Amino acid sequence: MFDWLQHFADWLIYTVFKVGAESHLGTALNFFVYDTLKILILLFFVVFIMGIVNAYFPVERLKEYLNKKKLYGLEYFFSSVFGAITPFCSCSSVPLFIGFVQGGIPLGVTFSFLITSPLVNEVALAMFLGMFGVKATLIYAVSGIVLGTIGGWLLGKFNLEPLLSDWVKKILDNKMQHGQYEGVKQTFYQRLPEISRGAWDIVKGVLLYVVIGIAIGAAMHGYVPENFFNTYLGGDQWWTVPLAVLVAVPMYANAAGIVPIIQVFVAKGVPLGTAIAFMMATVGLSIPEATLLKKVMSLKLIAIFFGIVTLCIILSGYLFNLML
Amino acid sequence: MSKVIKILGTGCPKCQSMTGVVQNVISENNIDATIEKVEDIMEIMKYNVMTTPALVIDDVITIKGRVPSKDEVLALLN
Repeated sequence: MFDWLQHFADWLIYTVFKVGAESHLGTALNFFVYDTLKILILLFFVVFIMGIVNAYFPVERLKEYLNKKKLYGLEYFFSSVFGAITPFCSCSSVPLFIGFVQGGIPLGVTFSFLITSPLVNEVALAMFLGMFGVKATLIYAVSGIVLGTIGGWLLGKFNLEPLLSDWVKKILDNKMQHGQYEGVKQTFYQRLPEISRGAWDIVKGVLLYVVIGIAIGAAMHGYVPENFFNTYLGGDQWWTVPLAVLVAVPMYANAAGIVPIIQVFVAKGVPLGTAIAFMMATVGLSIPEATLLKKVMSLKLIAIFFGIVTLCIILSGYLFNLML
Repeated sequence: MSKVIKILGTGCPKCQSMTGVVQNVISENNIDATIEKVEDIMEIMKYNVMTTPALVIDDVITIKGRVPSKDEVLALLN
């Protein structure tokens, strides 16, 4: 599909700039040009498609749906799926959380949404598609959704309500059914310009991270020796998965910047499962997110939330390494 | 009559770009309006929005969860 892009990159670097195909610099530059263009094209399309999906399934509709239907446990799964298709902005997580709780949705189900939302997002998917291909992307998306489902279900088993902030409890005490969702009456074609503008905005927003991430990745590709990580970082030893996850939890990185670097890790010998677990911990959990959640939960609840999700990510890391 | 515009958001980049768009529209078209940024989460929740940024004009929520275009804001203000 992207052959023409590779030809373009070859032509630009080897013919126009006359950098040798055999040199480190040549390979690195070629890799940089090819990957940046490919990722940007994919990013636009994935975000665009997600935008269309999203216009039809706004989060208010999910709230109403979860509220009205008896789903016999499937609500965790639905909540998780919706988390995946909703565009995530970390600053929206608190209003979303309150909105759900206020609407009478159980805490566990709300957590399912909260876990998957940052984990599986359009930028992460596009980056994965560009760097690891369709199979790895599907594994990432499906496991993210499963992780949210199981994590939320586990958290729902605890008695967590007393651990919310006082003002949130007050909201819980008088749950209201106000604010019925009114769908915007617009035809598909009326929405299209807005959706593509939105997609463009997101691409512009992460452009810098993509370029920096790929630049670092390209540099590492050319200069880090083959099997470097195997030799120096233990490769597939059992403790690499928990270590990678624990290092990644406090870190906050944009999916756009982190995937190209992870791709180099994989190319140089880190198992894909370990890399995916690392990625999940980086985008799914972070100190800034904990700070935001502090407004609605006690530290203890945040610790339980982070603890369970971390555990799930570590377990899935092992699972990927077994499967892949 | 002067309009009261409120921008609800906890200060994320999207909220800032919404503020920028609204400010531009107001100054370019000489619209009589005041902009107020509501950053306190408890205040925001009173409006019952789940996605930020949200644009509130004279206490009516007009846009939520996305950054509008200039034309859109202008249409809403007229």
